[in-house]
Amino acid sequence: MKKSTFGPWLAVVLGAAYFLIPLIATVEFSMRMKRGEYSFEAYRVVLGDPRFQASFSYSVALALATIVIGVLLVVPTAYWVQLRLPKLRPVVEFITLLPLVIPAIVIVFGYLRIYNSESWLPLTDSARGTDLLLAFGYVTLALPYMYRSVDTGLRAIDVRTLTEAAESLGAGWATILFKVIFPNIRSAILSGSFLTFAIVIGEFTFAALLDRPAFGPYLQLVGANRAYEPAALAIIAFVVTWACMGLIQVFGAARGTAQK
Amino acid sequence: MTFIDIRGLKKSFGPTTVVHDFDLSVERGEFISFLGPSGCGKTTILRMIAGFESATAGSIAIAGKEVAHLPPAKRDVGMVFQSYALFPNMTVADNIAFGLRVAKRSADEIRTRVRQMLDLIKLPHLGERYPYQLSGGQQQRVALARAIAVKPQVLLLDEPLSALDAKIRVSLREEIRALQKELGITTIFVTHDQEEALSMSDRIVVLSEGRAEQIGTPFEVYNYPRTRFVASFVGTLNLLAAEVVEPAAGRLALDGRTVSTASSLAVRGTGETVTVAMRPEALSLGAAAGDRNAIPGTVEDVAFLGAVVRIRVRLDAQTVSLDAFNQPSVSLPKKGDAVTLTFTREDLLVLEEDR
Repeated sequence: MKKSTFGPWLAVVLGAAYFLIPLIATVEFSMRMKRGEYSFEAYRVVLGDPRFQASFSYSVALALATIVIGVLLVVPTAYWVQLRLPKLRPVVEFITLLPLVIPAIVIVFGYLRIYNSESWLPLTDSARGTDLLLAFGYVTLALPYMYRSVDTGLRAIDVRTLTEAAESLGAGWATILFKVIFPNIRSAILSGSFLTFAIVIGEFTFAALLDRPAFGPYLQLVGANRAYEPAALAIIAFVVTWACMGLIQVFGAARGTAQK
Repeated sequence: MTFIDIRGLKKSFGPTTVVHDFDLSVERGEFISFLGPSGCGKTTILRMIAGFESATAGSIAIAGKEVAHLPPAKRDVGMVFQSYALFPNMTVADNIAFGLRVAKRSADEIRTRVRQMLDLIKLPHLGERYPYQLSGGQQQRVALARAIAVKPQVLLLDEPLSALDAKIRVSLREEIRALQKELGITTIFVTHDQEEALSMSDRIVVLSEGRAEQIGTPFEVYNYPRTRFVASFVGTLNLLAAEVVEPAAGRLALDGRTVSTASSLAVRGTGETVTVAMRPEALSLGAAAGDRNAIPGTVEDVAFLGAVVRIRVRLDAQTVSLDAFNQPSVSLPKKGDAVTLTFTREDLLVLEEDR
């Protein structure tokens, strides 16, 4: 007897409606800035706002710094754990999961206590120092995603044998990491990087409490004072996030083709 | 002069010792095989020579230089792995050039050497392919070329043929041996396949439970196994219990019949039970002639194996197998036939007790 597909389809339709209706409503609302007609006026205003450009550029720069620091921290750690300290894997996994269970506000207040102007390392004393602190904070925030992506990539290749093959050919650790390991987990690193990018672009708590001109606080500011522009900004943020997810898919597919 | 000198090598993982006081001397240009079942320690010894495992005790010298304390990159040893271990992100040519680039050779030298290596492994047109575009046999040839491109002093092969299908395995083992002879590179080959070890090696080290049971040429290991383990692991063998009758004359009682052996019984006492071994191909059916040993028996089974026919004959209490060439013009005995087994004194080997 043929099974009815009504139930599964109903679940799909309800799920899609749950996600799509608010989104469509937001798009529709964002286009009603001019009375009596649909237009992209709200988008024009937002994109033309110098504060949007400054905050978005700032967040992009910070996201890139976060990605570089995160990759340089996570790849050697995950590689070393897999190669030499496999027994430590549960401990490292637990540590990388902590940012998911500790609220961002707790982390940032911790930072403020440890790195304030009267501490032994007064990072919050200067704008550059606070930027650095914010980047480190974002590295922590993105750690669960970056670590998991890299770890999955490392598990997909025979790390031990590739390392030994390179060693037997005279390669040192830097050559092995940058010529053998990094290129072979490139798509995993990119996946982690795009997730990090998406997190940093929309992050509010760290940037607001450290008083930095990032995109998240700008979103909040506009949302509190304007009607149509916040909807346009929300859609722009969605597009940026979707673009990152799309790039993960593209690079994931490219790896699948290259290693078939 | 000894080229690789291994003395008192020992490896323990916690309380478990997997290699016990291993000694081996290898001459320059020699092809040595480590043969043994899984878990016998053969790969561990190879990995200690390569530097991937540190020895718990003992020394390893290559060309007179102690290397046991050196990292793998400083040992001047090439390694080929069972899983090929080609770098997936690099082309065949880049894989072969990897070691040369690490050694900072000139671009011209690298180009020339890569071309030589591709010609040597008979894949001159595949330099720009990626590993995933090659068959298993081709990948392993590239791995071999990559290992020897840097002209290492010693080549280590860790079961390089195990992942390949039977036909390619046979052709590649011939290629590896020919290449090794051509280059004169000292090679240690790890395998659990006795046919590979017998067909490729100058000498074989048979290992069991982390100890060398016997070291000898393929001829010696096959024809004169020293222990019951070697006898049972290398080739098919009949292992039988016999009683020493006259040690000085080399006479034994085998299932009630007195037989002679060329093996020494000097340290055995009269009445002592020993294990004797006979290769199936060394036994014949027919009437006793000259000084050949002869024992009567009954055919229990006849198995057709293609080129060979294996006949199982029951003696009084024990059973032996003998191999006869398949000759269509010669009729084979049938189950239940009474036959006489004959063999020479040299074919009856008295084994040492296992350690």
